[in-house]
Amino acid sequence: MFGIVGWGAYVPRYRIKTEEIARVWGKDPKTISKGLGIVEKSVPDLDEDTITISVEAARNALARAGIDPKDIGSVYIGSESHPYVVKPSGTVVAQALGCAPELMVADLEFACKAGTAGMQIVLAQVTAGMVKYGLAIGADTSQGRPGDALEYSAAAGGAAFIIGPKPAVVIEDTYSYTTDTPDFWRREGQDYPKHGARFTGKPAYFKHVINATYGLLEKVGRDVSEYDYVVFHMPNAKFPIKAMKHFKIPKEKYLPGLVVTKIGNCYSGSSLLGLSAVLDIAEPGQKILLTSFGSGAGSDSFSLLVKDKILDVQNKAPKTRDYIEKNKEYIDYGMYVKLRKKLKI
Amino acid sequence: MRNVAVVGIGETAFGEHWEKSLRALAVEAGIAAIRDANIEGADIEAMYIGNMSAGKFIGQEHLAALAVDQAGLVGIPSSRLEAACASGSLAFRQACLAVASGEYDIVIAAGAEKMTDLQTEDVTTTLMGAGDQEWEGWLGMTFPGLYALMARRHMYEYNTTREQMALFSVNGHKNAALNPKAQFPFEITVEDVLNSPLVADPLRLLDCSPVSDGAAAVIIASEDVAKRFENPIWLIGSGQATDNLALHDRKSLTSLRATKIAAKRAYEQAGIAPEKIDVAEVHDCFSINGLVALEDLGFCERGKSGKFVEDGNIERGAAVSINTSGGLKAKGHPVGATGISQIIEIVKQLRGECGKRQVPAEFGLTHNVGGTGATVVVNIFGKELKER
Amino acid sequence: MVHRSSVPMHWRLYESRYNLVGNKCLVCGEFFYPSKIVCPNCRRRGILKRVVFSGKGKIYSYTIIRNAPRGFEKYAPYVVAIIELDEGPRVMGWIVDSKISDIKIGQRVSVVFRKIYEDGKEGLIHYGFKFRVIDENNQLRD
Repeated sequence: MFGIVGWGAYVPRYRIKTEEIARVWGKDPKTISKGLGIVEKSVPDLDEDTITISVEAARNALARAGIDPKDIGSVYIGSESHPYVVKPSGTVVAQALGCAPELMVADLEFACKAGTAGMQIVLAQVTAGMVKYGLAIGADTSQGRPGDALEYSAAAGGAAFIIGPKPAVVIEDTYSYTTDTPDFWRREGQDYPKHGARFTGKPAYFKHVINATYGLLEKVGRDVSEYDYVVFHMPNAKFPIKAMKHFKIPKEKYLPGLVVTKIGNCYSGSSLLGLSAVLDIAEPGQKILLTSFGSGAGSDSFSLLVKDKILDVQNKAPKTRDYIEKNKEYIDYGMYVKLRKKLKI
Repeated sequence: MRNVAVVGIGETAFGEHWEKSLRALAVEAGIAAIRDANIEGADIEAMYIGNMSAGKFIGQEHLAALAVDQAGLVGIPSSRLEAACASGSLAFRQACLAVASGEYDIVIAAGAEKMTDLQTEDVTTTLMGAGDQEWEGWLGMTFPGLYALMARRHMYEYNTTREQMALFSVNGHKNAALNPKAQFPFEITVEDVLNSPLVADPLRLLDCSPVSDGAAAVIIASEDVAKRFENPIWLIGSGQATDNLALHDRKSLTSLRATKIAAKRAYEQAGIAPEKIDVAEVHDCFSINGLVALEDLGFCERGKSGKFVEDGNIERGAAVSINTSGGLKAKGHPVGATGISQIIEIVKQLRGECGKRQVPAEFGLTHNVGGTGATVVVNIFGKELKER
Repeated sequence: MVHRSSVPMHWRLYESRYNLVGNKCLVCGEFFYPSKIVCPNCRRRGILKRVVFSGKGKIYSYTIIRNAPRGFEKYAPYVVAIIELDEGPRVMGWIVDSKISDIKIGQRVSVVFRKIYEDGKEGLIHYGFKFRVIDENNQLRD
């Protein structure tokens, strides 16, 4: 029986309202924020990147896990904004956490689901006895071309999960659904991704999220109604809510994890921040269903069971909602342009 | 040890010398000092030159050899001394010690810096070499920033006001207006200081000494030789001391321990108390450092410098005439030259050659700080030879 | 400035920058950050032992850098402070993530992991500690 022994979130404190972005591009602010279901999104400071976000989230996960960092045998960071093309984010993070040198490290990329791919890898390693604990992180400082629809959602944040024995949350099973579906991509050397606009919906997001979820449910032999919380990847609020409706999941089961409305889409960190927000409030005995989505395309679905131990660790680090709600500072588009390095200086 | 005296002085104007190189400035100051002493270049037995960072400012090391080469003095021993902004005073002290030891009778001590060949950001970066590179410089700290930390703390501990700090700059400019060698020979007001742009809160532009080019040189002679000169000014006390390099390692941010140690030594050697000092050139690279110097040198009580300045005690002819040259703020601060330049002002005051800014003076003091106070040199000069 | 592009000069500092690793003299009991090579109190008789500091402390003094040196221009204005760590030693570091009105002498702060310096577009990115304001219970400030 293996699962999550500690989790941690991190979201930068700067926010820009989608209305402010709409103002600059002459769009109707109400239509935009209502259409996407995103009121505001997080913006990283100039000295923040996927590595710093990963370290902050992982330090919170370590605080909850209460384990010796040297017992972490593998670190996988999923992101599409690794600061280096060549030189792993994971080495910096592992060194900063005190896990080095006896461990396995690699950076992962699978659009917005590289973080859950990392969770599957470390779960497999833990189950196989290759490592005692493994650390999987999903974090991004997402890119969106100025003026593009993505600019309203591309945000920054991440969540980290330490997986091992005697967990606070058991990972009962996982199931993945993967096809070659080019809905969103970024070529080497390009600053911003391109996407297939409406093609990102039905043949991409919905097909993979729904099929992966069905696949998991069948694998574990449960009905979706048996879950207390459900989290789907959140490129915006509209997509996951539509998918929830497909499964007839009531609001109270998905709203706690629907963090996108206040922070935007943190790409590899998106569904994982939703999960960490749910774990912050989950009670022993509850079941959680998580399905990520990564363009290109694939979904990883997880069935989670909360154990009594969760009560001992929930308060050992800042909560996801603390990062979302506390200490935030609103910036205008000019400041946003500076912070996101869209100014050439 | 033998007594020594300054028998010749020479300096360039301080400022932006676009047309002059470091070597040209150094030679100009040296020749002026030799002319003032009325000696021949061949009489000089050794050279000591203070320079902070020619290596970074103009890419030139091995400055000691370059200086004698350009001055036509090839052959004599020449040494470069470096202690950031106290480099000039180090050159002076080494020169004095060499003469006092009996090795030489006549030497030249110079200081020179060419700062304006770099852009401001690079000057800022280069000056940070005077701090702790690994734990201050690489964090993006600057010298105005370091002194701002001291200023903030002084304001916190002693209720020192922004206006009181500004008054130190105002005093310097008032004196510089009477000094043809000064970079900024004009007066400013407290309002000018308080309305100038913030550089590192709470310090503003007019709290800061400028980026300057300049050189200064003095001729030092042994007692027997000096007595043959018309108007020797005697070094009657000298102290040099150190402190932790990084500001965060200091026990206090509101006092420079090195100033206190160096001053104690200098006062003891001179056999006089601070009250006897008539005129002093203190190291006001930033206005706050001028205030701190007044306390550490014993001109006023600890924490009372703001009030001391406010009450007019540092003006010309008052309790102690501070920075009659204009100081680093208004005369200019070509870092390696500053220590020598301070000595020149005191020598001129004691000789009675300061014209409109002349004050009655029997004893004068120089206070030269390297970095944020990791090196400090204090010298005391007198018109009369003090029997050891 | 050439030395800033040196790889080993920065790399040697990674451990102490990532986790506030300093040392303590077992003879006189004083804590040091950064690590001392020789105990300044006991010198050769001192025994220095590696210490990882908690990263919590309070602001001793601070300034806002508005005229930045090379390589830091884009960050200006930024807050640099001397922090008195709970264990005793004072360290220099940036204060980020905090309202300017919360930054004052005596305010409690805690470490965060940030980029310290980027060597242009092609060079290395160096990471380390900065500080942010926290409340009396060591929690994120509202």
